[in-house]
Amino acid sequence: MAKHKTPLLDQLESGPWPSFVSDIKQEVAHRYANPKGIDFQIPAECPDDLLGVLELSYVEGETHWKHGGIVGVFGYGGGVIGRYCDQPEKFPGVAHFHTVRLNQPSGMYYKTDFLRQLCDLWELRGSGLTNMHGATGDIVLLGTSTPQLEEIFWEVTHNMNNDLGGSGSNLRTPACCLGESRCEYACYDSQEMCYNLTNEYQDELHRPAFPYKFKFKFDGCSLGCVAAIARSDMSFIGTWRDEIRVDQKAVAAYVGGEFAPNAGAYSGRDWGKFDIQKEVVERCPSQCIRFEGGKLEINNKECVRCMHCICVMPRALKIGNDRGVSILVGAKAPILDGPQMGSLAIPFIKVDDDYAGVKEFIEATWDWWMEEGKNRERIGETLKRLGFAKLLEVTGTKADPRHVKEPRHNPYIFWKEDEVEGGWQREISDYRSRHQK
Amino acid sequence: MALVYEEAKAKIIEFCNSKAKTKSKFYFNDFTALFPDEKGRDVKKILTGMINEEVLVFWSSGSTSMYGLSGAGKHADGED
Repeated sequence: MAKHKTPLLDQLESGPWPSFVSDIKQEVAHRYANPKGIDFQIPAECPDDLLGVLELSYVEGETHWKHGGIVGVFGYGGGVIGRYCDQPEKFPGVAHFHTVRLNQPSGMYYKTDFLRQLCDLWELRGSGLTNMHGATGDIVLLGTSTPQLEEIFWEVTHNMNNDLGGSGSNLRTPACCLGESRCEYACYDSQEMCYNLTNEYQDELHRPAFPYKFKFKFDGCSLGCVAAIARSDMSFIGTWRDEIRVDQKAVAAYVGGEFAPNAGAYSGRDWGKFDIQKEVVERCPSQCIRFEGGKLEINNKECVRCMHCICVMPRALKIGNDRGVSILVGAKAPILDGPQMGSLAIPFIKVDDDYAGVKEFIEATWDWWMEEGKNRERIGETLKRLGFAKLLEVTGTKADPRHVKEPRHNPYIFWKEDEVEGGWQREISDYRSRHQK
Repeated sequence: MALVYEEAKAKIIEFCNSKAKTKSKFYFNDFTALFPDEKGRDVKKILTGMINEEVLVFWSSGSTSMYGLSGAGKHADGED
């Protein structure tokens, strides 16, 4: 029997969508029934009090959570987010309600025994409520008390071979698409790269030294299943630099209606006969495709790798063979300075086994941002404040027309001395030999 | 010039204590400013050492992290 009356929350359950209120109520009933006889290490009433405090917040229009704290596990500056309730007498079950973030497996592949272990651990030492997965991709365990943190950490690291995720001014838990494990479009092994960089930058994940959060995301191709271009401070997006492979027989099969376009997606209604001109040629953003005399031609030099044509005719068009990644910098959500998409910094880089070139770029970028970034300033904001050219300079990246987003606002070019032949010192007599007074 | 752990530690503690009336938590950048000729990563190594010795503690809001002297200001026990 629930402790608190929650009419406002109950109303949320009446909509057409699955409701988090129903999920929490299910856990409330489960904990009170306790069919497995678990010796709960935090109060059994925790989810019940969570509903109570939320209802109170809805009534009063005020939050009752206190923000932040020094909770954590020894030596780690991230992975645990302290939350305390400012009405602990009324809601003792959520007096402490800390969040624990765990590093999710690459591509979010789980073994069922891992999930069972996780659920058993969280029933015993937490509220039983989880969020699979948080916006960054972590496994989010919602609600536990301070004494349980080290116990949970021990269990997770020693018996489940897993680690905490990132929070605070750290490298956040890197996230990737499922990449080459299942997807023919993947231009590199995004899971491997995510795993490699997660291990390489453990210190940045667990010990905060950045001005603010920093996120890596790895998309195997430009279709962007983890939306790296919009959600990460540094996005790694698979691409190729040779030509899209075209199978003209398969193109003819699409045109003739033998193959369903979009691999049979959008088949819920009748869209009419497949029209390659309208659905592929005219949809190309750089207008680099031509279909004439039954033959599809692509001007690959103008192709921007959006992959629309490949998605529509996946049996006829394939990604190129000379593959690598593009690196973009500076995407973020709108907290301080409005939302930003990532800006292309490295148009193409091959990814080899040790990712040496990629790591060199990452570390040069971090060194600059750690020095120049203001407190609570995302790298996208530092870029905006100090200019994209500065990033190219500090990372030793040669400027390229692909870096240009729009024509310059400022008509002046300010050269640096080392960019001008002979520097600022010139012989006046040499000049006068060609120019009269 | 490489940082000497004990000297840097003393400087950090002195800095935290000098601000104790108004501040109990500090951004990472506050410490790099104490050592303008050193790389941020070297300053981080000192801070990590002090965390491991429990001289300093991390503070986190969830989105932002700070460092403070152990026991200074508001802390978990005080927030109960």
